[in-house]
Amino acid sequence: MTLLLWALALWIGTGALAGLMRRRSAAAWTAALGVAAGAVLAAIPAVSVLIHGEALRYSRPWSIPSAAFALRLDALSAWFLLVIVGVSALAAVYGVQYLEAAPAGKPVRRAWCCFNLLLASMAVVVVASNAMLFLVAWEVMAVASFLLVTFDDEQESVQTAGWIYLVATHLGAAFLLVFFMVLARETGTMDLEQWAGAGIQAPQWAGVLFVLALVGFGSKAGFMPLHVWLPEAHPAAPSHVSAVMSGVMIKTGIYGLARALTFLGPPPLWWGWTLVGVGLTSGILGVLFALAQHDLKRLLAYHSVENIGIIALGLGVGLMGMSLQAPVLTVLGLGGALLHVMNHAVFKGLLFLGAGSVLHATGTRDLEQLGGLLKRMPWTGVTFVVGAAAICGLPPFNGFVSEFLIYVGAFRAGVASGSAALWGWLVIGGLALIGGLAAACFAKAFGIVFLGEARSELAGKAHECGGAMRWPMVVLAAVCLGAGLGAPVVLRGVAPAVGTLSGLPLPAVAEPFAQAGGWLRPITTAGLVLITAMVALAWLRRRLLEGREIGAAGTWDCGYARPTARMQYTASSFAQPLTALFRSLLRTRDHAAGPSGLFPVQARFASHTPDVCQEGFFAPLFRGVQSGLSRLRWLQQGTVQLYLLYIALGLVALLIWKLR
Amino acid sequence: MNSLSILPPVLALGLSPLLIGVIQRTKAVFAGRKGPSLFQPYFDLWKLWRKGAVYSRTTTWVFRAGPVMGLAAVGTATLLVPIGSVAAPLAFAGDLVLFAYLLGLMRFVTVLAALDTGSAFEGMGASREVWVSALAEPALLLALGVVAQGTNALSLSGMFAGLADQGLKMGPALALVLVALLIVVLAENARIPVDDPATHLELTMIHEVMVLDHSGPDLGFVLYGAAVKLWVLGLLIVNTLLPLGTGSATWSLAMALGGMLGLAVVIGAIESVMARLRLVVIPQLLVGAGALAAVALMLGMR
Repeated sequence: MTLLLWALALWIGTGALAGLMRRRSAAAWTAALGVAAGAVLAAIPAVSVLIHGEALRYSRPWSIPSAAFALRLDALSAWFLLVIVGVSALAAVYGVQYLEAAPAGKPVRRAWCCFNLLLASMAVVVVASNAMLFLVAWEVMAVASFLLVTFDDEQESVQTAGWIYLVATHLGAAFLLVFFMVLARETGTMDLEQWAGAGIQAPQWAGVLFVLALVGFGSKAGFMPLHVWLPEAHPAAPSHVSAVMSGVMIKTGIYGLARALTFLGPPPLWWGWTLVGVGLTSGILGVLFALAQHDLKRLLAYHSVENIGIIALGLGVGLMGMSLQAPVLTVLGLGGALLHVMNHAVFKGLLFLGAGSVLHATGTRDLEQLGGLLKRMPWTGVTFVVGAAAICGLPPFNGFVSEFLIYVGAFRAGVASGSAALWGWLVIGGLALIGGLAAACFAKAFGIVFLGEARSELAGKAHECGGAMRWPMVVLAAVCLGAGLGAPVVLRGVAPAVGTLSGLPLPAVAEPFAQAGGWLRPITTAGLVLITAMVALAWLRRRLLEGREIGAAGTWDCGYARPTARMQYTASSFAQPLTALFRSLLRTRDHAAGPSGLFPVQARFASHTPDVCQEGFFAPLFRGVQSGLSRLRWLQQGTVQLYLLYIALGLVALLIWKLR
Repeated sequence: MNSLSILPPVLALGLSPLLIGVIQRTKAVFAGRKGPSLFQPYFDLWKLWRKGAVYSRTTTWVFRAGPVMGLAAVGTATLLVPIGSVAAPLAFAGDLVLFAYLLGLMRFVTVLAALDTGSAFEGMGASREVWVSALAEPALLLALGVVAQGTNALSLSGMFAGLADQGLKMGPALALVLVALLIVVLAENARIPVDDPATHLELTMIHEVMVLDHSGPDLGFVLYGAAVKLWVLGLLIVNTLLPLGTGSATWSLAMALGGMLGLAVVIGAIESVMARLRLVVIPQLLVGAGALAAVALMLGMR
């Protein structure tokens, strides 16, 4: 535990130091090296907890009433902590070179200070054992990430994004405040460990608390329809911050929900259904909106909504297993969900770093301006395609393994008799649809950006990113493959975390885990066969072509004499059949001015897909709130005397209430 | 795993081009022609593998890797599909998911190879391919789910072996599954009524246009991979339809091979008597297949 405290001190210390330093590059290296060194320090206790299963504790009294600086690192915390420090460290190293290109006058030092603070607060969130400490860390995390989102604060779109993010995160925090207050009142303590041990004594509150946690933590995690801040804020932030926010920060929402479930006692069946419903909505709508985007980072942000949906599906299946007393179902669902937490962090981090390199090299995130980058940026291209295959759940990469566990859980639920069967089949149909749509979306993202010919001059002059940006991507891509092939080993690491989450004793989880491990071993075999077959066939192809004539020509264009790069299929046209099919959900708006006359000069087409939840629900809601509140304007006259009167009236009212 | 388990992949890799030959012969007979030899696809592959290749200057390694990776993926998938009671070499709970995703990997690399050429034609084909398959995937998994539900097994080998004694009880559900699987097989293999394998240069087609730029050994890999894919997906239908699990392994294998040839004849007949559907109708067909599978699931729910 001392190591973790040192890591926290190192992160905050180097962050503060970076904020004070004069030279930008020195500040960047100080902060990034602090992050990396702290990550190593923090990973040691986390790994040891996952291996030995014993929770580590640290507690110090705090002057705030009913609060204590109490940390507790159990298996569930350790799992999330490992994910957080791993991705953050690589993103920090990447960020050094990425932010070098920022023009003078940008708040680079502030960004580094906030980055380290964000990391420290995320780490405290997952290890806090006191509700007050948890909320403070939660708030620091929100503010630090807000300051990072508004890095390019001279742009109006970034200001809007930051504002939406700030409002959304605080609305979520309001639900959490109520959640923690109810729990504290019912149990008489603020200690998370005691909540988990004693459980709440008032079962009538459990349902309410579950909904509060679902909304409060769900708004951070990005469940539909609470996701509206996510596609705004994640693209606005610098790319290495997007990687941290999309890869790991939203996972603190999942952690919070998982931790809350340990307090609330045995789950009734409807909790599982609710999570499955939330997961299906987020998953399917998330990937559909991703398909309709033209902005590379916005597309990736919507995919985070989709993947959070998959995690919710896993949690839902696991909860159904808990309420049906089916340990295998529990282990498959929760294990799949927790594994997907890690997997998504790895490949989404990788994809955002890749998108950052593209942005760095070309200055645009618009898919329609890109193309042909694989030739100019081979490293970014190869790692991006690995991330794309992994996020689509394609074997032999890691995304397949976690989706596989959730699939098998759903199949078991479906095959069994009882009321869970229907939900099992819904999960399978939903996952299959999500998988197909995700493959379509990443074929678009990779194909349009990296393949074909450059669609604009910007893309034509792109250059590969430097070494410090390159190797974090290579490491993440290697983890994608390694965690896919080494799935049985990784699964052993997640077992104690599932034990903590489900409340089952370790021996009870060990048996179903051994079973699941038995199914993962043939997957490893199949992955190795696949790779061997690829190598063998590549060798065969080379042998077949040896000594033969190999010609080079233009792409066959059916005899058309003057093809241009502008005639290639675009991102919008690639996605059009699918977006047209789901147009009633997406409400894509087309702005077209067709060619007219005998000698048409100009024609124009543009389409954009605004977020339905924001346009149809939140925007009218906030307009209503605003118009309602503007009626109270008469209270605010700008006269100090009047405000003093309000204070006096308020005090009198409080006194009367107290005396009553 | 017994020694017979080597047979499903070997048969798939060895006999799949024959299926294409049978389909072509059937179409020829329907059209009143004599048609090429049944073994013509083998000759074609042999010819292609001994040729040089022409590559577009636009393309990168992705274009060259597409056919190789696609064939490797579908080749790995042959390890998962049993023939009746003859179990596949790799059989474990949930292997049907791996099967579906290996085919997904094959499609992904084919689509990327198509986009690598920068051709509008191939982009269009790629776009339609992902559109069709995104809708076919739920139908495939739900249809296989019906068999899993009826037999209470989660591996393809266990499911199809279990059908021997459960099959009759599941009668109506299995009939629905067969229709759903047939639609999926036709769609996934770019067959009429979803796609037309005979047209190469029309805007109507999907799969064929994606591989327009491949030549020589690469085209050979593409054609061979497509044949193997037809075999493994077709085997799902044959395994569901015929009571292969009863009797000896020899009998089971013989029935399965007969069934596969019969399926090829059926596909050839469908291609001869039907026209390709309009593109806008295809989603309805595939969603219909998913709906049939869902109805079959409801029939089996206890």
